[in-house]
Amino acid sequence: MGLETALGQNFFTTKLSEVIAWSRKWSLFQYPFVTACCGMEYMSVMCAQYDLARFGAEIPRFSPRQADLLWVVGTISHKQAPILRRVYDQMTEPKWVISFGVCASSGGFYDNYATVQGIDNIIPVDVFITGCPPRPEAVLDALIMLQHKIGRESIFTSPADVGYEE
Amino acid sequence: MLSERDAVVLLRDTFGPAVISDHEFRGDVTVFVHRTRIIDVLTFLRDDKRLLFDMLIDLTAVDYLHYEPETKAERFEVVYHLRSMATGARIRVKAPVPEDDCQVPSAVALYKIADWLEREVWDMMGIVFTGHPHLSRILMYEEFVGHPLRKDYPYNKEQPQYTIRERSTDRQPVWVR
Repeated sequence: MGLETALGQNFFTTKLSEVIAWSRKWSLFQYPFVTACCGMEYMSVMCAQYDLARFGAEIPRFSPRQADLLWVVGTISHKQAPILRRVYDQMTEPKWVISFGVCASSGGFYDNYATVQGIDNIIPVDVFITGCPPRPEAVLDALIMLQHKIGRESIFTSPADVGYEE
Repeated sequence: MLSERDAVVLLRDTFGPAVISDHEFRGDVTVFVHRTRIIDVLTFLRDDKRLLFDMLIDLTAVDYLHYEPETKAERFEVVYHLRSMATGARIRVKAPVPEDDCQVPSAVALYKIADWLEREVWDMMGIVFTGHPHLSRILMYEEFVGHPLRKDYPYNKEQPQYTIRERSTDRQPVWVR
């Protein structure tokens, strides 16, 4: 029972925050912060073989002000860390971060003086992808997981309240 | 055409006691010279018409901190790899540098490429190249304290330029395995 009954199949009712979450998760504008060899894997995911565009994450935006999904792809050195922080701060809310590969996620095998031991020391991260480099399937999985997460977010609640559920 | 061995003989004739020692391993000739005469030696190797080592392939340094004193008298060695474009010959020149007086004359006036290479050696090893036009860090950031490739620098001692975030407010990150 509802408006659909009266008006037929031309309309459906929903909540505003659900519509907004739905449109956010199917139109992710990405900022690829590519610093290392994982970038090749990112390109492969973007290209026709795996085609990230199927999930609405179509165009990379090379201005942080136009992007809402930050891909940190590759090793982040301590020299680079302030730049990454600045790029993140320039992005407008709502924004999400995917850490692509072990180097970005934990420093990987670069346990040394120069490398940040995980970018969550600098910026908050929504999804970590393991692998050196990750398989494209893992990257697609990460994007789907992030979409689930965005779908559960509301314009009324703080992002900190939202977890991930299958 | 003179071989690398002849270059060593020429160096010994010209510089006498400034040439400490030399050895050859599988065709690669190494000459040890006193650091005070290194610029004279490099100039001779570059400009002598019989040698013409006009290309500085590499300039680096080695830290022999954990070696016995009888093996390595000084802690550091600055290494110059030279090549002659005319003859194809190659030679390696090494200059021992003591820890308490860590400096070597700069070779920038001889080889322009020495500019960045000497900055790298200064950055990583802390060896001062006297007479370098602008000896500053080239790989690490200016705020970095110490020289990370020295054997007594802890290999994983980080010097972050930012404060480590408090992660308790993160929105429950997910791991894709």
